[in-house]
Amino acid sequence: MAPLLEIRDLHTEFRTGAGVVRAVDGISYTVEPGETVAIVGESGSGKSVSALSVLRLIPDPPGRITHGEILFVGRDIMQLSDEAMREVRGGEIGMVFQEPMTSLNPVLTIGRQITETLEQHRGLDRAAAQKRAVELLGLVGIADATRRLKQYPHQLSGGMRQRIMIAIALACDPKLIIADEPTTALDVTIQAQILELMKDLTRRLNVALIIITHNLGVVARYANRVNVMYAGRLVESGPAAEVYHNPRHPYTMALLRSVPRLDRPRQERLDPVEGQPPDLTRLDAGCAFRPRCRFAVEVCAGARPPLAMAGGPGHLAACFQSHVVGRETGAAA
Amino acid sequence: MSAAVSEARPLLEVKGLRMHFPVTEGLVSRRLVGEVKAVDGIDFIVRRGETLGLVGESGCGKTTTGRCILRLERPTAGEILYDGVDVAKMERKELLALRRRIQVIFQDPYSSLNPRMKVGDIIGEPIKVHGIESDAGRRTTRVRELLSVCGLDPRFADRYPHEMSGGQRQRVGIARALALNPEFIVCDEAVSALDVSIQAQVVNLLEDLRERFGLTYLFIAHDLSVVRHLCQRVAVMYLGRIVELADSDELFGHPLHPYTQALLAAVPVPDPSVEAHRTFRPVQGEVPSPINPPSGCVFHPRCAIAVAGCKHARPELRQLRPGHFVACSEVR
Repeated sequence: MAPLLEIRDLHTEFRTGAGVVRAVDGISYTVEPGETVAIVGESGSGKSVSALSVLRLIPDPPGRITHGEILFVGRDIMQLSDEAMREVRGGEIGMVFQEPMTSLNPVLTIGRQITETLEQHRGLDRAAAQKRAVELLGLVGIADATRRLKQYPHQLSGGMRQRIMIAIALACDPKLIIADEPTTALDVTIQAQILELMKDLTRRLNVALIIITHNLGVVARYANRVNVMYAGRLVESGPAAEVYHNPRHPYTMALLRSVPRLDRPRQERLDPVEGQPPDLTRLDAGCAFRPRCRFAVEVCAGARPPLAMAGGPGHLAACFQSHVVGRETGAAA
Repeated sequence: MSAAVSEARPLLEVKGLRMHFPVTEGLVSRRLVGEVKAVDGIDFIVRRGETLGLVGESGCGKTTTGRCILRLERPTAGEILYDGVDVAKMERKELLALRRRIQVIFQDPYSSLNPRMKVGDIIGEPIKVHGIESDAGRRTTRVRELLSVCGLDPRFADRYPHEMSGGQRQRVGIARALALNPEFIVCDEAVSALDVSIQAQVVNLLEDLRERFGLTYLFIAHDLSVVRHLCQRVAVMYLGRIVELADSDELFGHPLHPYTQALLAAVPVPDPSVEAHRTFRPVQGEVPSPINPPSGCVFHPRCAIAVAGCKHARPELRQLRPGHFVACSEVR
C-alpha cells in the first residue's frame, strides 16, 4: 500500500540578515494511513518548518521551499495551484497549532469558524453546517454545544480553545492532521486531556497524525514512529520503542539520558548534552552534531552522514558511528 | 535530619500569606466587583541550605507567592519572616538590604535581560547600584569571575544578549543573581523555557552553585520531574492554597492528595514500554476561576473521592505521616 504522505528530500530556506538558514535541509519520511508519527527536536531543529512546508505555509519572503517533493495521496503538493492547496489545507489535511488563541479568529464566534470551514470545503448550507458543528463539539467533548457555538474564543479556556481547534481540524473528515506543539501552552492535566482526546479520535476515525513536540514523554505515550531532527536534518527515525530503547544516533541517546524520569530512582546528577545548539548560519560540511558528540571521529568532519539502516526493521540513523552507539545502548539495555 | 538543624530558626517562614488582587469595572469611576484570590492563606518554611519546590498549574499562585517573598507585591495579609524579620512590613532602606540577601532568576532569559546592555554591564549593575565595588577595574574582575563560575567564557562580558543562545542567556541571569553574594534565590520557572538538552546543564549548574555557595532556593516550577530532581521538599499548590507538602521522596513515592496524584499521573514517562502498560484517565474538568473559587475544598468539583462535606468545609493541612502534610479530609 502506498503511504498516505511521502516527503522526498525537502529543503526549506530562510534568508536572514545573518545569511541563509537551511531550516530544513533535505529530509525524507513517510506517514502511513492512520498512524501517529512524532517529530521531535529542539528549537531551531526545523521540526515546525518541516510541517509548515507540508502545508505550504512558509512565508515567502523570507522563506522558500527550494527543493523536494511532498506526495499526499499520490499527488505532489508542490505542484498544486494556490487554490487547490487551500482545498487541501483544512480539508484533507487538518491543522492544530500551539496557541489556539492566535490561530482562532477573535472576532468570529466559535460556531461561525466551524461552519465557515464546512461551507467552504464541503459546500454545506448554513443549516447543515450548523448541525454538523454541534456534532463536532460533542465529538471533542464539549458539553452544551449550542451555547458554546455562540461564544467567542476569548470566552473560553485554553483547553477548551484547543478542543475547538481539534473540532475544526476534524470538520471535513481529513486523512491527516498536523499538530504543531498542540499542548505546549497548556497545563499538564489539560495536556493529558487533549492528548487522550486526539489519540482516541485519530484511532476511532482512522486519521493519521503528525505530532510535532519537544516533549519526549508525549512521544513515548502517543507515537507509533518517531523522527528526531537536529539542525534541519533527520538524525534518527524508526518505531518509537526501538528508537527509545536502542537509539543509534548520539544526539538521540544523549537527549534521552538528559531528562530526569519520575519512574526511576532519583539520580545524583543529570547527564546533560554538553555544548550549545548549532548556529544554522555557520554550519560546515560535516555532521552538525559533531562539536557536541563524544563519538565523533575524523570522517564526521568531512561529510554529513546520510540516513542509513541501523538496528531493527525501519530503524534509520544518520551517523557514521551508529554501530558504536548501538554497542553502547545495546549493552545498557 | 538532626535535631539541631530542625530546631534552628528557618531562613524563611511564611505564615497565613494572602494576596488578593482587586477586580474592577468601569472606565471612569472604577468599582470593585470582586477579587482574585491568587494566594489564599498559605504557610510554609524554607530551611537554610535546602531547596523547596513550589509546584502547580498556571494560576495556582506559585509565582505570586515568590513575588510576595521578593516584595515585588505587598501581600494582603500574613507574615513573611525572612531571618526573623517581616518582609511585608519592611521600609525602603531595609528592602535595599534585603535585596542583597534575596535574589531571583526568572523564566525568560530573553525578556529579563536588557538587550541594549552588554553582558558585563548587566552582571555588574547590581554591584554598582548597591555600592559594593566602585572601582571599575575590580568590578570587571568580579564580573569575569561570575561568568566563569556560571560556565561561561569571561570574554562574553563584551557581548550583547542577542548574540547568545537561550542556555547562555540563562547563565547570564544566574550570574547576575549571584553578583551580590545572596543567600537565598527564588528560581521562578528558571529552566522551563530552555531546550531539553540545555535544561539538564542548567539544573546541574544550580545544584553546583547551591553547594559551593551554601545557597537556599525556592524553586517554582511546573515540571515535576525537574522538581523531584532538584528539591528536598515540595509543596503542591492549587487555586491559591497548598494542598500537600512533604519531603520530595515521600511526595513522589506516596502522593496522598487526589490532586497531587492526578498531577503525577498526567506526566507521560519518556519510555514507550512503560507508557504502553500504563492506563490512566486524566482528571476531568479545568481549574476554576480564582475570582470565584469553589466553596469548601477548592478541588472538590474535579475530585474523584469527594464527599458531600467537601463542598462546605475548607480542609486544613494535617500531618498524616512524619513531615507529610495534606489538606484533604478524605485521606487518612
